[in-house]
Amino acid sequence: MAYTVPKLEDYSPAALDSAVRELLAAVRQEAGAVSSENEWKEFRDRWMARKNGILTQVNDLWLKAAPGPSKRDVGARVNQLKVEVEQTVDAAQSRASGAASHARVESDRLDITLPGIRRPLGAEHPVIKTMHEVIGVFRAMGYSVAEGPEIETDYYNFESLNFPPNHPARDTQDTIFIAGQEKKQQRDRLLLRTHTSPVQIHSMEKQPPPIRVVVPGKVHRADTADATHSPIFHQVEGLAVDTNITFCDLKGTLDHAMKALFGSSVKTRFYPSFFPFTEPSADVQITCFKCGGKGCRLCKQSGWIELLGCGMVDPNVFKFVESNGYDANKVSGFAFGMGVERITMLKYGIDDIQLFYQGDVRFLEQFA
Amino acid sequence: MRVSPNWLREFVDIKVSDRQLADDLTLAGIAVESLREQDGQTLFEMEIGTNRPDAMCHYGVARECSAIYDLALKPIAPELPKAKPVAAPFPLEIQDAKGCARYTARVVRNVKIAPSPAAILDRLKIDDHGGVGNAVDASNYTLMEIGHPTHAFDLDKLAGGKIIVRRARAGETLKTLDGVDRKLDAEDLIIADAVRPVALAGIMGGLDTAISASTKNILIESAWFDPATVRKTARRLGMHTDASHIFERGADWGATVLACNRVAELVLQTAGGELEGEPVDVVARHVVRYSVWLRHKEVLRYLGQDIPVAGITRILKRLGFALYNSVEESLLQGLPAAQIKTLRSEDWQEKARAKAKEMGIELPNWHADKENDLIVDLPTWRLDIEREIDLIEEIARIYGYNKFANTLPAFSGGVVALPNADKQSKVRSLLLALGYNEAISPTFISHSDATAFSSSAVVPLANPLSEEQSVMRTSLVPGMLNMLAWNLNRGTSDVRLFEMGHVFSAPAEETTVETAMLCLGATGNAVGPNVHGPTRAYSFFDLKGDIEAALEAFETGNLTFEKTDHYHPGRSARAMADGITIAEFGQVHPDLAAARKLKQEIYIAEIYLDRLLALPLRVPRYQPLSRFPAVDRDFSFTFADAVSFEQIHSAASALNIAELKSFTPAEIFRGGAVPAGKYSVLLRAQFQSDERTLRDDEVAQWSARIIKALEGIDGSLRSQ
Repeated sequence: MAYTVPKLEDYSPAALDSAVRELLAAVRQEAGAVSSENEWKEFRDRWMARKNGILTQVNDLWLKAAPGPSKRDVGARVNQLKVEVEQTVDAAQSRASGAASHARVESDRLDITLPGIRRPLGAEHPVIKTMHEVIGVFRAMGYSVAEGPEIETDYYNFESLNFPPNHPARDTQDTIFIAGQEKKQQRDRLLLRTHTSPVQIHSMEKQPPPIRVVVPGKVHRADTADATHSPIFHQVEGLAVDTNITFCDLKGTLDHAMKALFGSSVKTRFYPSFFPFTEPSADVQITCFKCGGKGCRLCKQSGWIELLGCGMVDPNVFKFVESNGYDANKVSGFAFGMGVERITMLKYGIDDIQLFYQGDVRFLEQFA
Repeated sequence: MRVSPNWLREFVDIKVSDRQLADDLTLAGIAVESLREQDGQTLFEMEIGTNRPDAMCHYGVARECSAIYDLALKPIAPELPKAKPVAAPFPLEIQDAKGCARYTARVVRNVKIAPSPAAILDRLKIDDHGGVGNAVDASNYTLMEIGHPTHAFDLDKLAGGKIIVRRARAGETLKTLDGVDRKLDAEDLIIADAVRPVALAGIMGGLDTAISASTKNILIESAWFDPATVRKTARRLGMHTDASHIFERGADWGATVLACNRVAELVLQTAGGELEGEPVDVVARHVVRYSVWLRHKEVLRYLGQDIPVAGITRILKRLGFALYNSVEESLLQGLPAAQIKTLRSEDWQEKARAKAKEMGIELPNWHADKENDLIVDLPTWRLDIEREIDLIEEIARIYGYNKFANTLPAFSGGVVALPNADKQSKVRSLLLALGYNEAISPTFISHSDATAFSSSAVVPLANPLSEEQSVMRTSLVPGMLNMLAWNLNRGTSDVRLFEMGHVFSAPAEETTVETAMLCLGATGNAVGPNVHGPTRAYSFFDLKGDIEAALEAFETGNLTFEKTDHYHPGRSARAMADGITIAEFGQVHPDLAAARKLKQEIYIAEIYLDRLLALPLRVPRYQPLSRFPAVDRDFSFTFADAVSFEQIHSAASALNIAELKSFTPAEIFRGGAVPAGKYSVLLRAQFQSDERTLRDDEVAQWSARIIKALEGIDGSLRSQ
């Protein structure tokens, strides 16, 4: 039964108390039933509308009808009632709108375990990525970056690097030659550079000592493609020449660079090797970055991985750039070179060098 | 090459284990690649560098051990009985001193050819030799032991009983030991008897004069042949033998007599017989070994760590170098004993110099510091050593590379990046962000692709790997198409790739040019299959947008696009910066795609990287943000298909309405109510002022002008 405002017969305080209690109980009960914005509006109007709202009725039926002596008492109670009804109506509103937004939010619910919308992101080629890492290490050590052409002359690829004509060391380079060069002198004949070392000479021709350069680049050799060989590969070459550059400096520089590239716990080991353009020459091994030197499949149980070749610049090489200030009696230097594919393969455990040149997205996107 | 550590221990009293020995040798540059057990003993698989033929034998490796451990090296001194005297020595003639510097030979008579004893066979087994009879085995054993190649002839089969070392004559042939008939060339050095070639010098003997079961008398050859000469013939004939391997790299000129006698000793031990006459040793020329002045200060300058003279002396002596304190002293060693005696007086140094002058020897004017410097005589077996730096390397490697400190050089100077490094990195990171994977394709392509995809002159290879890879690439496109096909054939249908690399051309005869190019390739979906919405195929306008993004990273000036028929005739364009073509792009012609078995629409862009990177990177320019609202007005127009958006846009921009901030197509319709040959386009103009809020009447006035301008290019307004 909906609440209606009764006419008061008795204006005694006890009767008034009872009427007020009934009214407040009714407003609270109705407020409790409000569950939407619309219901609340109805509820508000029923109680608070100026025209015929319950509070207006109370004013008319209770206050105006009250006999003179009770007016004061009734007035105070009616004012109190107004405050309480207003509070109840307000509270009902916030409860009603809260329920509505709750319902809306409920219906917005997503399965957040569905996959996200991925915008495709390209990946830098792993070889280029490694090359940039190596260059970054040497740039931080004061090396400038230099580049050179992929098609070179015999002079830059061999002669000026102390490979005499017909020397067996040339055979080890598996050179690819450009056709139609027979008419030229041997030193002018064009070939595909077999290493980035020609850029050592180009750099020294351009800049007198001191010099520090790091040279990234693509090189080619007549190697039949298989899992570990490719006619194309990349090298990073380095050269430092100054007064008083020593073998100890070469060791320290590469030890530092290997730690920067593979982690500070890596150790280096140098052992003698042979390159026509360096003397003394060395191959550098680092402790296996997978097993830390204990021996595993990656390092073939040796604990060591061979990573690069290096050496002190051979005085014969300086002879070719002597006019630009490279006097072997005054300056000395070191050079080093490393195969970028090899480092990349070791680093990521890639077992087939051909993957680098196929453009297979399934392979490339692993490096994003 | 294989080495038995037990054999090494016969020459040097090595105290360490085989495994330790292998490590120590490797760290001294005599690389032991692997160890294995065979018949109860350890064998080393060695990897000896081409510059160290002296170490390609047991005695040579033993000498290294002697230096590493500072232990004595036992000499090899064959003990031979007294030879039966002969009236005349065996006739031996070197006609070509360049090819053959020295030839030593001796005769052993009345041998009995039989299998070698077990001791010899066991040693030959190290190299997987089964043994072919005592006389030949003696030669092979000596090669393994002291590294000097020798040969044994059946003396009775040498016509005229003589040996001549000469170049082959036109038309001469030789059946070598392997049974192959070799046609000889006038440059080939041969050993001949009185009438015909009997051996290819330093490579292989002839079959007709070879030792056989019935051989009674033998001639042992031990010679020194010129490396380049042997190499040339061996290469021409495609032959590689144990002997040529050593001679090509430089044998020991001083070892011919020793090797000859060692073979003779072994033959006498295993085949009996007797020596006839002393060895005949014909020297056509000396392989000259100079002395080297080793300055202690140079050792320090190169190596950076002081090694005391006593240590240097010890290392070099163990390696067989003779050390002196002065040039004059070293000179004495080359003089006959009688002359040395007379020179050993107070003023022997001046006398030595005078004597040298008399002999026509130019003595170097070295001022060796007696305390610290050394005059080093080079042994005949170390042809790789000629200079002071070579000796410094010897010192360093025996001392041990890993005993040197790690130091960093001091440096003052700036770091210079490549001029284009930042630009290249900007382009790369942009393309990666746009979803293109970086790829690298082969540098070599087929001749037909090279001419089909470029008009530039091709750079052919002299020794290509295959027909399909016979020229330098003139374009990155064939490689890109191959990579796209590779992916499609493997079930990857949404592909976006880019490659930065050089293309090559030969603009004039005998010169080549390398040009940096950037190639983009795309196919499949721009938005791939997903649960959240529909897929969208990659289109011409995806490519165009990506190219715009890449190009706008640079100060391109006036960037324009022009229709071309470079690829698909209706879907190709070039992008130009101030009139210079920077990029060409579009859909690959369907015929070409079909020919390459590409069954999807393929999009390609070629960007002239050299031209793009020549432009400066775009510098951002700040524009104040307008505080006043923008007003949009839409116009629906119909145009003939021939009217391009570029014309529509130009017509509006030509009005020079400063407040017209943008004029873009919002929708395009064809078909339906729109007549054939026409299209309907919804155009959206946005007006905004930086100074005030726009009034309706002025927007209406500008709109009217735009409508009029578009009607001027035969557009008809449908609604506004």
